[in-house]
Amino acid sequence: MTELSASELTVNRGGRPILERVDFRGQSGEFVAVIGANGAGKSTLLAVLAGLLAPDIGKVSLDGRLLANISRVEIARRRAYLPQNPRCEWPISVERLIALGLTPALPAFGGLDAGMQTRIDAMLEEWDLLPHRGQAATTLSGGELARAMLARAAVSNPDMLIADEPISGLDPRHALDTVARLRASARGGKLVVAAIHDLTLAARYATRILALDHGRVAADGAPGDVLTADLLRKVFDVEARILGSGDGALVDYVAPLCVNADR
Amino acid sequence: MNKMTGTALHAGSSTGQKKSPAQDSAVTIVLFAILCVLIIVSLFSGRVWLSPSEVVRGLFSSDAQLSSLIVTELRLPRTILAVMVGATLGLCGAVLQGFTRNPLAEPGLLGVSAGASFGAVIAIYFGISLISAVAIPLCGLLGAAAAMALTFALGRGGGTVSLVLAGAAVNAFLFALISLGLNLAPSVQAAYEIMTWLMGSLADRSWDHVVLVAPFIVGGCAMLAFTGRSLDALSLGELQAESLGVNMRRLGLIMLIGTAMAVGAATSVTGTIGFIGLIGPHLVRPFVRYQPSRILLPAAVAGAVLLLSADIVTRLISVGPEMKLGVFTALVGTPFFFWLILRMGKVSP
Repeated sequence: MTELSASELTVNRGGRPILERVDFRGQSGEFVAVIGANGAGKSTLLAVLAGLLAPDIGKVSLDGRLLANISRVEIARRRAYLPQNPRCEWPISVERLIALGLTPALPAFGGLDAGMQTRIDAMLEEWDLLPHRGQAATTLSGGELARAMLARAAVSNPDMLIADEPISGLDPRHALDTVARLRASARGGKLVVAAIHDLTLAARYATRILALDHGRVAADGAPGDVLTADLLRKVFDVEARILGSGDGALVDYVAPLCVNADR
Repeated sequence: MNKMTGTALHAGSSTGQKKSPAQDSAVTIVLFAILCVLIIVSLFSGRVWLSPSEVVRGLFSSDAQLSSLIVTELRLPRTILAVMVGATLGLCGAVLQGFTRNPLAEPGLLGVSAGASFGAVIAIYFGISLISAVAIPLCGLLGAAAAMALTFALGRGGGTVSLVLAGAAVNAFLFALISLGLNLAPSVQAAYEIMTWLMGSLADRSWDHVVLVAPFIVGGCAMLAFTGRSLDALSLGELQAESLGVNMRRLGLIMLIGTAMAVGAATSVTGTIGFIGLIGPHLVRPFVRYQPSRILLPAAVAGAVLLLSADIVTRLISVGPEMKLGVFTALVGTPFFFWLILRMGKVSP
């Protein structure tokens, strides 16, 4: 059982608050979609939750222990993190790229053991990457690279996965496929926290939605409760219709919100 | 055993680029063999050619003949220095290219070799070099340490970019000071000495030089050699590397200190020798499938091979005065640089 909680997170940049008194609580089995307009603080929140950025005020704790008191390698063993548009900088093979996810688990001296190699092979298979095994990661298409990165994140079998816009730039099939996999990992007992812009997919697949508006939590709860026309108006400045619920939910944008004359 | 079966199982579905780790180290073994041959050649060759028996006698007998002096007092230290300095430049180039993820990075990037050069210029300028043969390398080491401190003070704020920018600033500043030293040189003789020293050479280096710089080179290289795993993780970018447990700040510090010790010491005894650190890693990278940690050892051996062969060639070309090693590596290295830029235009995404 993994529990990640944060209270009163505040991050300031250049005198401006990026996050303001944000509370977060997530545990094994949850797939939390973080939504919000560009600049709402989603990436910052994810980086703080991943332990990569220390908040100016507030604390993050993992299973009751302050994240700041846990060594970076121990954190790395328990959570995987994917930034926005992850890239590979050298033409290493896809297999090697996935193996990098095991870096924190490697012994001080020596390389991959047999069990690790088995994990890598399993990931190649699970993420449909077997045909690309020896291919240079820099020659993959956007969708293939995104899958390889997710496989890289999953290979260490972390307790939690924090991903910043894992489906941006993916075609509909791969986007659907990816969120379905994220939900499957959550059902398998992991905590998944991901920033997602596609509200229909978030509504259908996430178990919880946290909406950020200018660095503050605008709503946090079950998708059906959070996604309302009022909230979308407030958070995204759009008129939207929400149709259906659960697996049949659909969020349809109607028009950008016009600034009223009397406002 | 399990690993082997796993590999065999999937071999059919892979695209056929799979190689065993043994093939990865093949390039190192080949380079090492070449290096051994070159070391032997280096003992024979020079203005005075020696016969095999003279070399062997020179190495192992104690009576001081001319041939024995040439081998033990001139060629052996010179060869050892060439191997150490070449390996340092190759290793450091590989580490810096991995650290910055920029194939154009080279050992001078962080300002430490400019610091070593400046220290040497100071030594010549103020006549300290007349006191002892090791005065120049000593001042060079101090200069490298000072440059390291300055780069660290300027660039400690952020990740790789701020460190590289700090290095560039320190480089610019120190080259300005070197020019000033040339500008205000007390005599034509001093200016000439500074110029020739800056060109880089291994001529007339002795055991004193070897003993002085060896600890720094060995220590610095050992530090750099341990960065491999972090460099691998860095192929995914700084954020992902940090998420995988790499302490970027500590990595930057290890790199800076390791470079300052190894390259600072190398430069302070030979002067500026360009392109070895740039070319070495590139030569071996495709053979180890671009994995940053696997490049380190073969890049070091490749650097030693390149520098030692360049030094042998400069000894053999007789155009009046001996051609300076740094001039020769720059002459030979620049076309490679052109090629690299042209190729990068084609393969970069």
